[in-house]
Amino acid sequence: MEGKDECLVSSPIMIQENKKTKLAAGLRAGIPIAVGYIPIAIAFGLLAKSTGIPNYISIMMSVFIFAGASQFVGVNLIALGAGFSEIIFTTFILNLRHFLMSASLYQRVDLEASKVLRILFSYGITDETFSVASLRSESKLSGYFLLALNGLAFLSWNIGTIIGIFLAQGLPTSLKSSMGIALYAMFIALLVPSLGKSKEIMVVSLTAASVHGILHWVPLFKGLSTGWAIIISTVMAALVGSFFFKSEVKDA
Amino acid sequence: MKTDYLWLLILGMGLVTYLPRLLPMVLLQNIKLNPFLNRFLGFIPFAALGALIFPGVLDSTGDSSSSSAIAGALVSVVLSIFRINIMFVVMGGILGVFLWGFLTV
Repeated sequence: MEGKDECLVSSPIMIQENKKTKLAAGLRAGIPIAVGYIPIAIAFGLLAKSTGIPNYISIMMSVFIFAGASQFVGVNLIALGAGFSEIIFTTFILNLRHFLMSASLYQRVDLEASKVLRILFSYGITDETFSVASLRSESKLSGYFLLALNGLAFLSWNIGTIIGIFLAQGLPTSLKSSMGIALYAMFIALLVPSLGKSKEIMVVSLTAASVHGILHWVPLFKGLSTGWAIIISTVMAALVGSFFFKSEVKDA
Repeated sequence: MKTDYLWLLILGMGLVTYLPRLLPMVLLQNIKLNPFLNRFLGFIPFAALGALIFPGVLDSTGDSSSSSAIAGALVSVVLSIFRINIMFVVMGGILGVFLWGFLTV
């Protein structure tokens, strides 16, 4: 009985040890994400550089936004000369899915995790960190585990961005200008594997592309900017999907 | 490109990205999301990708016939079907544009 009591009443040293274990587990779980993030962030740094955006702006994007797709889209829209309100609204729409992930992750977080920890690790909720955290076998996730997992992802993304910017300075202009396709190739690489997974995803993506095509080519919509055309196409296609398909989409 | 206020834009983008990540985590008290909203949010990434790729990809290489862009996009699609690492898909797309330019000169 005495031994059991000792386990229940944790000493400060034991709490310290536990914290270290959780941080280490988070770092280990984050390694595959870091390996995946660095090359994409390098591509981001290269692309941002090729559009003529100042270095400090590209670095600020990775520090303050830390969301792959919307950073690529942001660079694209800035280069196209889109207005501030469109860019901010597009970013908001693109990242609204994190609301859902945060809500879902909330159910799994250890109740003991402090508010400060929650404020910190929620900064690093991405498609990848969310997926890794959600698929953990333990029923409750420690705040320190999430802090280390999301923190490592954040760090690798920023290191990659800086590497990309400096790699770009050594590249010839002809190569930089032909990299316009890179952004789209990345979107294709993100989307195509999901198309095979479900008919619903296929219908929704094709609807969005078709609506955008109509907005782009039909003269009536000539005045509509690219930023808003993307928002309208995205919302319409997602509405079509949610009206016609009743099953829930996982891994969004 | 006018870059004077870009830093302000980045902070705005950062704020609208952080709020959806933060608010449920600090404010939720076991609220269940409406299933319709759930599905709607779940479809957003796929809808956005569709709208982002097409028709924007056609103008991505600055070639008025779009043929080099189509060549690059096709290479990327084929590589993605085989689930090649994303970085190689990107490199394959760039290479596709290069080779098309080389073949059609």
